[in-house]
Amino acid sequence: MIVELGHFCLILALCVACIQATVPLVGASRRHIGWMDTGRTCAFAVFALIAMAMAALMHAYVTSDFSVVNVIENSHTDKPLLYKISGVWGNHEGSMLLWVFMLSLCAAAVALFSDNLPPPLRARVLSVQGMIGVGFLLFILFTSNPFLRAPNPPANGHGLNPVLQDPGLAFHPPFLYLGYVGFSVAFAFAVAALIEGKVDAAWARWVRPWTLASWCALTVGIAMGSWWAYYTLGWGGWWFWDPVENASFMPWLAGTALIHSSIVVEKRDTLKTWTILLAIVTFSLSLVGTFLVRSGVLTSVHAFATDPARGTFILLLLLVAIGGSLALYAFRAPKLQGGGLFAPVSREGSLVLNNLLLSCGCATVFLGTLYPLFLDAMNGPKLSVGYPFFDRTFVPLMVPMIVAVGIGPMLAWKRGDLLGALQRLSVAFAVSLIAGLILFYMTYGGPVLAVLGIAIAVWLAGAVITEWADRIRLFRMPLADSVRRAVNLPRAAYGMSAAHFGLAVFVAGVSASAFSQEAIEVLPVGGSMRLAAFEIRLQAMDKVPGPNFSADRATIVISKAGETVATMYPERRFFPLQKQTTGETAIRGGLVADLYLALGEADAAGHWTVRAYWKPIVSWIWLGCLIMAGGGLISLSDRRWRVGAAARSGRGAAVPAAGE
Amino acid sequence: MRRVIALVPVALFLVLAAYFFVVLQPGYDPHALPSAMIDKEAPAFDLPGLRDGKALARDTLRGQPAVINFFASWCVPCRQEHPLLMRLAATGKVAVYGIAYKDKPEDSTRLLDQMGDPYRAIGIDRLGRTGLDFGVYGVPETYVLDAAGHIRKRFVGPLTPADIEKELLPLLRTLGGS
Repeated sequence: MIVELGHFCLILALCVACIQATVPLVGASRRHIGWMDTGRTCAFAVFALIAMAMAALMHAYVTSDFSVVNVIENSHTDKPLLYKISGVWGNHEGSMLLWVFMLSLCAAAVALFSDNLPPPLRARVLSVQGMIGVGFLLFILFTSNPFLRAPNPPANGHGLNPVLQDPGLAFHPPFLYLGYVGFSVAFAFAVAALIEGKVDAAWARWVRPWTLASWCALTVGIAMGSWWAYYTLGWGGWWFWDPVENASFMPWLAGTALIHSSIVVEKRDTLKTWTILLAIVTFSLSLVGTFLVRSGVLTSVHAFATDPARGTFILLLLLVAIGGSLALYAFRAPKLQGGGLFAPVSREGSLVLNNLLLSCGCATVFLGTLYPLFLDAMNGPKLSVGYPFFDRTFVPLMVPMIVAVGIGPMLAWKRGDLLGALQRLSVAFAVSLIAGLILFYMTYGGPVLAVLGIAIAVWLAGAVITEWADRIRLFRMPLADSVRRAVNLPRAAYGMSAAHFGLAVFVAGVSASAFSQEAIEVLPVGGSMRLAAFEIRLQAMDKVPGPNFSADRATIVISKAGETVATMYPERRFFPLQKQTTGETAIRGGLVADLYLALGEADAAGHWTVRAYWKPIVSWIWLGCLIMAGGGLISLSDRRWRVGAAARSGRGAAVPAAGE
Repeated sequence: MRRVIALVPVALFLVLAAYFFVVLQPGYDPHALPSAMIDKEAPAFDLPGLRDGKALARDTLRGQPAVINFFASWCVPCRQEHPLLMRLAATGKVAVYGIAYKDKPEDSTRLLDQMGDPYRAIGIDRLGRTGLDFGVYGVPETYVLDAAGHIRKRFVGPLTPADIEKELLPLLRTLGGS
């Protein structure tokens, strides 16, 4: 009964979304207030209906209702409660439902927080969101219905893929989807602006908080995915440049460019057509990311070969959403008014450079992801694109960008003083140079590029601190005045500093991975091997039962100079239901370095393959991402978003140019 | 000019959409790794030997069917298939040769010391040139050559017991292995 109710709610949501997609749009062009207001009501209704559908599916999972096909295929009574819940989105149908749920959540949030929006713009934005909703609800109802009943319910289900039974992955998709779907707001604003034919600073001010919020969610989502890959896959790697990861990274790159270019629209009323295009592209990449990868077009077509209807439907959806919006762009963008002029060396100029490098980076990732498949479709040679390609193309693009991130915020709007900025950054430069030289000396004969990377990270951190000190006139006026300035500095400024500092931490963590050491050996129980300064001894192997698996647990004693420093327990878990074995790594670490152990297979003689890695400051990678996302949140709490766009330009530039 | 530039994104997207349309056609399988070398003569190679300096060259393999296994010490799936190769070699019916692909000789030697040496001879392909000639996609890969030195079969990834029982051994039987 509850399952049918959920299904019914979803159908009803589709009907209401149809109204949301059309009535407010017509109302906006006819200036009919009542029709325009329908958009808000509909947005709330769609949200409530999809939330009920979501709750119904969750109920089916939690109570293990094996009359539902989706539950049979993805759940099992023995599964811990957390994974029963996360199982809801651990499969294609459920993840699509989560996707539209997030979409309706965003639309409802826009409806709720849009009191200061001009009614026609609000109506159009909500209509565009309604259209996206209609497309995906149709897709779910016709090709991937999670509420399908099974004619002969079995006694138990097939269970969830063991690799996915992990707390990190339970929360990874919701964050990722919140990020993806959040960009639909920027997309809807862009399309609405194209329909209206007007983009101004106020528009940018409305769009920015939404973009920023989704960017934060996406950053956290990607970081969680990477952290999960690091500790479960057992290879010590944290990023593999595989199509699934790239699909989430591309919208992130485009979104990062978008939050920067919309600053220029907001402050200087220029770069408008570019920003609109970025907003469309960012969401388009999210769409490509969710569907083509999640549903398997990129990695394998087999999923679709069995159900070609699904693939065709998705393609049609992409054609309408992306093709339609880009066609509208081609038609309307040339008519948008250009804005203020600026010198190449200026804050605007540096943000253009940022956008240029980020979008080139995004295009590189796009090419690297699709080119092999493209070539293959043309019956060309098979080739794989991995680390070497991205190391040679993406990294060289990012190095100048990271260097420039340190300089950009020091430049004034309109016309900047590059020489002056560099002079003020001389301390940061000197510090990074010294740090680099010391490190080079200490690791002589080691990887030089990694030393360079860490030096750049130090440079960026130094530049961020310099910029902040500059802004509060530290040491150039009485300390009390500086403190007062620091307190009064807008949150957006702190947000920027924090995010850029996070980037520095991230870069340091990534660069240092070149210094990691590894050892792989086949050890008998009692055997030992060496890694860096550690001796790693396989002391015992035990059989340990789990809730829905049985495990071989190794007891490994780590000692340094004869003294025991830690005992770690990597495992191999066997899930009898899926007949699948997964590894459970053991990681001992912190801010300084991680010691990482993974247990491999046993050979016929009962010897175990043990992989051990020593990875300095590897945790900074995720710490950096969290700081970046935190910076976004701080910026989001700036009062200028709450003051509202009606008080436009009241305080002038909220991020004052330094050194005026 | 502005109008033309504004048309670029939508044009690019349409190309992409056309590509996705091709990819979606039933019967298209991105995982298939057909070898262009099947039934052709194996590419020539003459590699320095890993142990006791016994070199490995294509032309010395002629006369009887041979199994060539590309492996590396840094490759974990190779370790996984290694016991199978040991068992295969222990039957004495199959001539298994190894090519150490992009691997330091001392590392390869250490691997073989640890896990046993199933190979009649091992060539060192330090730069992966021979691998490139064969079209090796990733290690391990295994090729079956007939007595005339033509490639008859390619296995991508670690061999499984089923591969050996159902494909490799029957094929060698038809090729008339000693």
